Amino acid sequence: MTAKTLDEPLADVEPATVEVHDVHKWYGAHRVLNGIDLTVRPGEVTVILGPSGSGKSTLLRVINHLEKPEIGHVSVNGELIGVKRQGDRLKELSERAILTQRGRIGFVFQNFNLFPHLTVLDNVAAAPVATGRLGRAEAQELARELLVRVGLADKTGAYPRQLSGGQQQRVAIARALALRPGVILFDEPTSALDPELVGEVLAVIRDLATSGTTLVIVTHEIGFAREIADRVVFIDGGKIVEQGPPSEVLDKPQHERTRDFLSKVL
Amino acid sequence: MSEPPGLTVAAPEAPPADKPSKPLTAQRVLPLRRPGRWIATAVVLILVAQFVHGLTTNPFYQWDRFGYWFLRPNILDGLLITLEVAAYSAVLGLLGGILLALARLSKSPVLRAVSWTYVWALRSIPLIVVLLFLYNFSALYKTLSVGVPFGPAFFSFDESKLATDMAVAVIGLSLNEAAYAAEVVRGGILSVDQGQHEAAAALGLPKTYQFTRIVFPQALRSITPNYVNQLIGLIKSTSLVFYVSLLDLFGTAQSMGSTYPGDIVPLLLVATVWYLILTSVVSVIQFYVERYFARGATRSLPPTPLQKLRTGLTDLRARIRREAAV
Repeated sequence: MTAKTLDEPLADVEPATVEVHDVHKWYGAHRVLNGIDLTVRPGEVTVILGPSGSGKSTLLRVINHLEKPEIGHVSVNGELIGVKRQGDRLKELSERAILTQRGRIGFVFQNFNLFPHLTVLDNVAAAPVATGRLGRAEAQELARELLVRVGLADKTGAYPRQLSGGQQQRVAIARALALRPGVILFDEPTSALDPELVGEVLAVIRDLATSGTTLVIVTHEIGFAREIADRVVFIDGGKIVEQGPPSEVLDKPQHERTRDFLSKVL
Repeated sequence: MSEPPGLTVAAPEAPPADKPSKPLTAQRVLPLRRPGRWIATAVVLILVAQFVHGLTTNPFYQWDRFGYWFLRPNILDGLLITLEVAAYSAVLGLLGGILLALARLSKSPVLRAVSWTYVWALRSIPLIVVLLFLYNFSALYKTLSVGVPFGPAFFSFDESKLATDMAVAVIGLSLNEAAYAAEVVRGGILSVDQGQHEAAAALGLPKTYQFTRIVFPQALRSITPNYVNQLIGLIKSTSLVFYVSLLDLFGTAQSMGSTYPGDIVPLLLVATVWYLILTSVVSVIQFYVERYFARGATRSLPPTPLQKLRTGLTDLRARIRREAAV
């Protein structure tokens, strides 16, 4: 169903490196992230697992600076995200600069968050036009191409609410791809879908994984993680408990907490 | 309407052999009779008929004089003034309301406080008081100047030249309208899902684009009905500008009434009918504006009255055919 053309790498985009360095984050008095260090190599597919409330989604949102870490920093391809170095301190970037940085990081939400008042085509074409990277005609051309890749060539004129959940999530992936991102972050991309629609979204993500884009995926689909992940990271209480290839973390977990979690979800 | 044969089971014993009962699945369900509804409808119809009868036959209304005044040039001039004041105030009031709403939603406590205080003050002061204050403004301040407070002025105006009656009316109504519009706009913006803000931010869309293309168009869906409500109130409030010596529709009717005391009632009727027409036009526009902003919010657009009529006729035809078939 989904086009094999996704295997072709996105022409001019080099897969990015993501580095998370000693990140701490509080919501009020509650500490959500408690010193996370993580390096994602270019083209690597990293799956983040953990119980709810463990900080997985927050970590993902820190990477594109939707959440500001109180301590620590994130860099993509060596460029600090949301902050700049000033002497030996970090200073917050201007909103405009942060928005420009986000334009190089794809983000796919659990609830799709498509713009309901825009057609599918305009949803995908919006970012390249708004940021001035492409003219309107070129952006629509790119959008059409991406919608073909996610198997929705016939839905360009539809409004998001006229589509099924699986179709909406595939539009959301096309919208993220329109940024030509070096890395795409997925926040539980199939959790809001009917079980029968999960497969079509996972198929698109699988195609992206084999195309060599850097992916960071928060998910509860353990089977899918085992199949596509280069590395599985298990988080609990805002800390990385263990990480490694799926054959180690999923099949021979070293920590009691990981074994306990896996026994409940498998 | 005759009962379908299968349902006449009055005879408790076996049904007559010549009238075999249909199997239950093939029988049509008879709608429940609602005598109360019929009685209420009849009572209301009688009351409406009495009202219309009074309206048309009571000589007190002087419908011939109504016909005389309805399209008089001075009445139409007054109508034009009403339209002008309402249109300017609606646009300025909405713009002011958007700015006040943005200030109220901003992260700056000063902007929030100023916006809140403005809305609080202007909603508390009766419009007529605001208008009369402005009318007497030129007595309070002879010149208006733009400059540093307590410091030098960059340029100044002679206030009496600026403050035409029209300007006083438009400014007064706009100040008042902005306070109410601010709350309408703020409510609309708050009704947009947080996920929309996040998605716009995650895509790196520039700030102004996020507001003008993503958030505000979605907010307009809930702003429209509330603002139109406001707008209808505004059209009626324009009748107050009579007190700052502007001859609007009501003002003209009023002053003609004092010149021709015998025609007061038909003149008030003339004003009433024109206000009804203005409100009706606004309501029709509202329907189509709401329909436009419903794109994407519902799976299919609500039908226009014409489409409703067409499907209604089709349904009726189908029903008649069904009845005939039974």
